[in-house]
Amino acid sequence: MFFESMLRVIPGSLEQGLAYALVALGIVISFRILSFPDLTVDGSFALGGAVTARLIFEGVSPSLSILAAVISGFTAGCLTGLLNTRLKINSLLAGILMMTMLYSINLRVMGRSNIQLLTVDTLLTPLENLDMNRFIPIILFFLVVTVVVKLATDLFLHTQIGFAMRATGDNEQMIRTLGVNTDNMTVMGLGLSNALVALSGALVAQDQGFADVGMGIGMIVAGLAAIIIGETLVGTKTIQRLTLAAIIGSIVYKMIISIGLRLGLAPTDLKMATGVMVILALGIPALKKEKEGKLHLRGV
Amino acid sequence: MLKIENLTKTFNPGTVDQKVALNNVTIIIERGDFVTVIGSNGAGKTTLLNLISGTYLPDGGRVVIDGIDVTRLPEHKRAKYMGRIFQDPLMGTAASMTIEENLGMADLRGMSRTLRWGVSKSRSENYQRSLKEMGLGLETRLKQSVSLLSGGQRQSLTLLMVTLTLPKLLLLDEHTAALDPKTAKRVMDLTQTIISENQLTAIMVTHNMEQAIRFGNRLIMLHEGNIQLDIVGEEKKAFTVQEAVKRFGATLKDESLLG
Ligand SMILES: Nc1ncnc2c1ncn2[C@@H]1O[C@H](COP(=O)(O)OP(=O)(O)O)[C@@H](O)[C@H]1O
Ligand SMILES: [Mg+2]
Repeated sequence: MFFESMLRVIPGSLEQGLAYALVALGIVISFRILSFPDLTVDGSFALGGAVTARLIFEGVSPSLSILAAVISGFTAGCLTGLLNTRLKINSLLAGILMMTMLYSINLRVMGRSNIQLLTVDTLLTPLENLDMNRFIPIILFFLVVTVVVKLATDLFLHTQIGFAMRATGDNEQMIRTLGVNTDNMTVMGLGLSNALVALSGALVAQDQGFADVGMGIGMIVAGLAAIIIGETLVGTKTIQRLTLAAIIGSIVYKMIISIGLRLGLAPTDLKMATGVMVILALGIPALKKEKEGKLHLRGV
Repeated sequence: MLKIENLTKTFNPGTVDQKVALNNVTIIIERGDFVTVIGSNGAGKTTLLNLISGTYLPDGGRVVIDGIDVTRLPEHKRAKYMGRIFQDPLMGTAASMTIEENLGMADLRGMSRTLRWGVSKSRSENYQRSLKEMGLGLETRLKQSVSLLSGGQRQSLTLLMVTLTLPKLLLLDEHTAALDPKTAKRVMDLTQTIISENQLTAIMVTHNMEQAIRFGNRLIMLHEGNIQLDIVGEEKKAFTVQEAVKRFGATLKDESLLG
């Protein structure tokens, strides 16, 4: 019975896990690389969905609409960064402000609280219509997108600018003495992070066939849960592992949730369960009297 | 080379915590000078370096490097003129990055960064050679995270990072104070070698009178934000700990500057 549940949730969890993996990857850039606790994510995820849905609805091609979603996510992230670096607003508050304002923006973008895409063609429609189990092409599609983005992130983080960004999160004073404008690094990094989150939002909206203004709620906590699970399984020793951990973690997180739902967890309690998972993961080291929890954060 | 004119810095002005950290200090340093700066805790030594490097902006006065007024330049724009080592060995390196990656970042001090690789193959071989010369056995550990190094090793690495690009000006802030005596001596010897071999202009803050006297060609003593003593050349050479005790005995003993 248990194993049967396990097997049945695998295709769905893979699809969902990979579709949301880019959120976890984005959170790796903000929380892990920049040590910046960015809460814009809930808003920028829905922003990606809203922009793509509205544009497709207006007749723009699905791929162009994704590009627009990515750019809008990038902009939102940069704005959070500017609130923190230029206006000296605490990093947590800057993210919360942006997330809250994005709620209004997303309503404006869509013109209502949700847009259905079931009757129009999306990027995924041709895949849905192939003569095979829909999971195979869809999962392959998300796998390719996720792996390409992961590899690009790995490469970027090994360039001169990537180094400067990592050092900004690790030792801001040091990299400033080496001539890097760390404010710019923070702004750019948050832009990239939220661009990935918005990309995920856009792909998820196209995959599920609708965008909803509430689709991003709880995304930051779910993403953190995914990262923590992934890091436990894969480790954090290198950048490649850190980004892999986001993907693996995202898939395993979705599996745990699906199994939980099959075993009787009420969907309404999902966010509670996720929150408890994160609290346990972050809190256990403290209870064990280890010096530091898993998160080292800046700008708070 | 470096002109510090009437530099003044007050922290928390207009509050009960008001503190004049530096009071109208003027120092002119020539190319190739190795200046040691000594003073008790809170004398304003770190503040002086922070104002030179742009970590803080002064309330008054000017900082001029090679004729260029940098007083209002932000810290990251002054990086091309100077290298800096902090008292805390953790502050000079990025712990989560590898030895080689840290050296790669230092290689680009003050230059614009691009999407090229952070560490090139040819540079990596260079780093390996330099690390080998340092004799700490780090040349085989290029791809290891800096967090695995000891304080002394990290401080030595920071020293190597600074000298990769030979800055016009080297700022050292009690950079051996956090190390055990043996390591401190080794790092200090390395510092001395690097400064003299490359004829760097350097300002070294220290808490130890003996060290301040032994190294450098000029000694400046700060007390409560003011210059109390400034000796160069022969006068500096002839200066002894006994002489210091005779002239500033009370302050020195109170503040354990005698080591
Ligand atoms: N960022 C700061 N804020 C407030 N006071 C400071 C700050 N930095 C230094 N001070 C004060 O300025 C004085 C000089 O400090 P500092 O330059 O660090 O002395 P030291 O000679 O020990 O390096 C001290 O009284 C110190 O408390
Ligand atoms: Mg000091």
